[in-house]
Amino acid sequence: MGNSDATRRETRKLLRIHGNDNVLIVVSPIRPGDRDSVDGHELVFTQEIAIGHKVAARDIKAGEKVYKCGVPIGSAKQRIPAGAHMHLHNLKSDYIATYTLDKNNVFVK
Amino acid sequence: MSSSSNSSTLEGFLRSDGRKGIRNCIVVAYLVECAHHVAREIVDSFKGQPVHLIGFGGCYPNAYADRMMNKLCTHPNVGGALLLSLGCESFNRHRLAEEIAKTGRPVSTVVIQQSGGTRKSIAEGTKWVEQALTQIAEVPRVPLPVKELVVGTVCGGSDATSGISANPAVGRAFDMLVNQGAATIFEETGEMIGLEEVMSARAVTPELGQELKASVEKAAFYYKKMGHASFAPGNAEGGLTTIEEKSIGAYCKSGDSPISGLIKPGDIPRKGGLYLLDVVPDGEPRFGFPNINDNAEIAELIACGSHVILFTTGRGSVVGSAISPVIKICANPETYERMSDDMDVNAGRILRLEASVDDVGKEIYGKVLEIASGVQSCSESLGHQEFVLTYKSFEPIGPACLPM
Repeated sequence: MGNSDATRRETRKLLRIHGNDNVLIVVSPIRPGDRDSVDGHELVFTQEIAIGHKVAARDIKAGEKVYKCGVPIGSAKQRIPAGAHMHLHNLKSDYIATYTLDKNNVFVK
Repeated sequence: MSSSSNSSTLEGFLRSDGRKGIRNCIVVAYLVECAHHVAREIVDSFKGQPVHLIGFGGCYPNAYADRMMNKLCTHPNVGGALLLSLGCESFNRHRLAEEIAKTGRPVSTVVIQQSGGTRKSIAEGTKWVEQALTQIAEVPRVPLPVKELVVGTVCGGSDATSGISANPAVGRAFDMLVNQGAATIFEETGEMIGLEEVMSARAVTPELGQELKASVEKAAFYYKKMGHASFAPGNAEGGLTTIEEKSIGAYCKSGDSPISGLIKPGDIPRKGGLYLLDVVPDGEPRFGFPNINDNAEIAELIACGSHVILFTTGRGSVVGSAISPVIKICANPETYERMSDDMDVNAGRILRLEASVDDVGKEIYGKVLEIASGVQSCSESLGHQEFVLTYKSFEPIGPACLPM
């Protein structure tokens, strides 16, 4: 739990909920080119990321468990660099596949 | 973990079973809807005094409702009880009155048909409550260590912020309470699907782990029958990727402590630790949704002995409860600004990066001690005393559920 104080001082856009987490929660909208600093290293964002979404707190290996609130929420589908948006394209459930709608409102896995 | 805030000495109202209350109220309990009005009229003449209205509306017997009423009327925050019966309902008023009397609490039953109707029953009941209030003022006050507190948690009026600010902060407060030896209770198994393995790994024995897992599976089955979906496309738009992640919202209120037991409504933890309350009825669904609203869950947490309820909300709930104070923890900073009169803790500061999850966890812990010392929570001071009790059915818990 010790990292939350450090995160508060450095970051302007990201929230670490639990000390064991390897994801951070976006609390202020991110635009391409935005910079933020976490655990002493700088993150440069390359895309828009909305509030409530997640980014990698550090480099995450393919197959590595992903923790939010100190609880495993799935595994990385591929290598995820620090600062990258984490969602359906690079994170999968270890429980049951997530089905959702694509841009054309078709159910995709 | 710092224990600096533990030096404060609380005082509790000593009950004959050794439990101690943080409030000393008279409950006026109607035993069928037909007696509700008379009960409410009696309570209304004691505005601002600790006289709370509870009751069961059904005319047909139900073992769960019977047990709930028994546990609520003998809750440590309750000093005495007035029972309101119409006279022909099937609730066993004699047994309930006997069980309350056995605890040494003042109890009386007004049977409306025997007392001569509405007006006479109101007069008789009001007179009894007046003298009962004088009587319970004599209940001895004794030191109440934090380890004897029972604290429940529930969420309601949730939004996307609940799971990332208020709920993890409650988890930290729960960890602090468990470290001090208190008992904490979480629930909402229907919202923990996908986390059964993670949760069962936290059980103090493998057998309890199996029971925890089975409780979530039962909830999944039950909600499926009720036509509930688990993961909707809107969840992914909001940034949730997996079912486990969605379920964390409810689950993280439990904190990081080992899970000491699984209880059902009316089971009272006799030791400190973290307990899962299984609120989903056993067997085939018979009476509809497990809990029809937040107050049905709050009543169950109180029937398990909760002195205080930690209620997290994002959209902004205003409810309180009869018997035990409800502490409102607001997850969303905008909601807090709009509804601050109703909110005890602003966890939305986490999202504005003005406070860490730890900071708010400590604030919630401090708030529990403050409310336990007699200070009124927001919902209490606003007069909220919501209560609801409906039909349900449960099997007793098995031997693996309380290993310690």
